[in-house]
Amino acid sequence: MDRAKLSFFRISRSKLSGDFIFEAVIGFFALGIIILAFLLFRELFIGSALSRDIFGVGFLTSSTWDPVAEVFGALPFIFGTLVSSFLALIIAVPFSLGIAIFLSELAPEKLRTPLSFIIELLAAIPSVIIGLWGIFILAPFIRDYLAPPLSTYLGFLPLFQGPMYGLSMLTGGVILAIMIIPITSSVSREVIMTVPTHQREAALALGATGWETTRIAVLPYARSGIFGAVILGFGRAIGETMAVTMVIGNSPRISESFFSPSYTMASVIANEFVEATSKIYISSLIEIGFLLLVISFIINIAARILVWKLLKVEGGGAT
Amino acid sequence: MQNKITVENLNAWFGAKHVLHNIDIGIQKNGITAIIGPSGCGKSTFIRCINRMHEVVPKAKASGKVMVDGTDIYDSDIDPVDIRRRIGMVFQKPNPFPTMSIHDNVVAGLKLSGVKDKKKLDHIAEESLKKAALWDEVKNDLNKSGASLSGGQQQRLCIARALAVEPDVILFDEPCSALDPISTSKIEDLMMELKEKYTLVIVTHNMQQAARVSDYTAFFLYGKLVEFGETNQIFKKPKEKSTEDYIIGRFG
Ligand SMILES: Nc1ncnc2c1ncn2[C@@H]1O[C@H](COP(=O)(O)OP(=O)(O)OP(=O)(O)O)[C@@H](O)[C@H]1O
Ligand SMILES: [Mg+2]
Repeated sequence: MDRAKLSFFRISRSKLSGDFIFEAVIGFFALGIIILAFLLFRELFIGSALSRDIFGVGFLTSSTWDPVAEVFGALPFIFGTLVSSFLALIIAVPFSLGIAIFLSELAPEKLRTPLSFIIELLAAIPSVIIGLWGIFILAPFIRDYLAPPLSTYLGFLPLFQGPMYGLSMLTGGVILAIMIIPITSSVSREVIMTVPTHQREAALALGATGWETTRIAVLPYARSGIFGAVILGFGRAIGETMAVTMVIGNSPRISESFFSPSYTMASVIANEFVEATSKIYISSLIEIGFLLLVISFIINIAARILVWKLLKVEGGGAT
Repeated sequence: MQNKITVENLNAWFGAKHVLHNIDIGIQKNGITAIIGPSGCGKSTFIRCINRMHEVVPKAKASGKVMVDGTDIYDSDIDPVDIRRRIGMVFQKPNPFPTMSIHDNVVAGLKLSGVKDKKKLDHIAEESLKKAALWDEVKNDLNKSGASLSGGQQQRLCIARALAVEPDVILFDEPCSALDPISTSKIEDLMMELKEKYTLVIVTHNMQQAARVSDYTAFFLYGKLVEFGETNQIFKKPKEKSTEDYIIGRFG
C-alpha cells in the first residue's frame, strides 16, 4: 500500500517536471514571438511619429507623393495595394475553388496527394523568380494577347481604357493571383475535406448527382471556411512585395484603368527606403509600413477566426 | 404476399473485406421489415445496397440482384441517381443541411428534380412536414435553419425531406438511436402510418421496437441472413438457436 503510493508519487512528480520544462520552453518561444511582434509594432509606431505629426490624417487621403518638396500622401499606395489584391482575388478565387473541388471530390484517389503536393510546391517558388517570369513572359503576353481583346470588348468600361505597356495594375493583379492560388486552393481543399460524410450522403440519398452534392451539401457547409481561405489569400496578396514590384510599374498615380501602372505599399517601401534621405521621407515610408502591418493583421485575424469557426462547428458535430 | 423488393444472391465488400454473403430475401410491399443483428453484422451495408448507397464508399462494391418492381437496380443501364430518388433513406444520425432553412431542407430533393413552382414547393413542404408529424412544431419557423431544431425534430425533418420526393420505399438506418422515448414513439407512430403507402425497411438494435412496428423481421449474423419470417414467429418461435440467443440478449 505504501509502496504503491510512493511509486505513484514518483511517477506523477517526474511527469510534472517534464511537463514543466516542456511548458516553460514552449511558453518562452510563444511569448518571444508575441513580444517580437509587439516590438515591431512599437518601432513602426515610433518611427512614423514625425510623419503623423506633420501630415496627420491627411496622410491617408492625400495622393501627392513628392520627395523633392517633401510632401507625402499614402493614398496611391493604399489604392494600388487594395485594388491589385482585389483583382488578384477575383482572378484567383474561381481557379482556387475549381482546384479545391477537383482535388477533394473529383480527382482519382491516386492523383490527389501528388497533385496537391505540386500545387503547394508552387508556393515555394521564390517571388523574385515569379517576378522575372512576370517581366519577361507574362507582361508581354498580357500586353499582346489579353489587353487588346479586353479593350475591344470591354473598352466601354473605364477599367479597360488607355494604352497598355505591359507593366500595369492588371499584370500586378495576375501575378498576385498566381501567387495566392496555392494557399487559397489548399486551405479550401482542407476545409472541403472536413465536410462530414453524412452531409454528402444526405444529398446523394436524395438523388443528387456528384456535382449537385457538391453544390447543395459540400460548398454551403464549407462556405465560411472557404471565405476564410480567400481572405487568407487576400492577406498574402497585400503583403507580397517582390514580384508585384517588378511588374506593376511603380507609378504613384491613381488611375481608373487596369492598364495603367500603379504602385503598392509594399513596393514603395522596398523601392524607396534606400534612397530616402530626409527624416520626413523615412518617417512617411515607415508610416506606410505601419498601415500595411495593421491592414494585414486585421485581415489575417479575420481569416483565422472564420476558419477556426468552421473547424469548431465540425469538431462539435463529431462528438 | 407481394414482394416489392427481391434480393438474390447479394454479396458486398469493403475493399477486400467481404461483409455480406449470398443474401436472398423478399421485402413485402406496404409493410415494415425490420433488420436486426449484432453490431457489425452488415445491417447498414445491406440496406445501403438496396438504394445503391453502398457504392459511394470508396472501394466498396456489391454483386448480385436487387429487383425492385421486377427490375434489377444493378443492371448496367440503370442510373443509381434515379434509384436513390425512388428509394429514400433516413440515416442513424439526423443530417439536415445546416445552411438551409427548414423549408428548403424539405424541398431540397424536389428542387434537384427541377420543380421550381413556388406554390407547389410550399404545398409539398407542408404536406411532407405534416406526414412527418413536424408541421405543428415548425409551421411558424419555416425560415429558420434546419440545424436549429432538436435531435428528434431534425430526424423528423429528415423523414419529411425523404417523403417530399415521393419515393416508393424508405430505408431507415437506426432512425431512433439518438432520440428520447417521446421522439422515438412519434417516429414509430409515423412509420405505422407511412406503411399504408410506402414500403419500409428499418434497421434497429431495439428488440421492442422491432417487435412493435414490424411485420417481418430478418436476423443477420456475421454478414449472413440467418432467419427471416413474420415478426411474430421470429420473436415467439425462432427456428434458429442463434436468433433466439440474440433476441433474449445472450449475445450482441
Ligand atoms: N466504410 C467502411 N470501410 C470498411 N469497412 C466497413 C465500412 N463500413 C462498415 N465496414 C465493415 O463492414 C461490416 C458491416 O458493417 P455495417 O455497418 O453494415 O454493420 P451494422 O450491422 O450496420 O453495424 P451497426 O449495428 O454497428 O451499425 C463491419 O465489419 C464493418 O467493420
Ligand atoms: Mg449500422
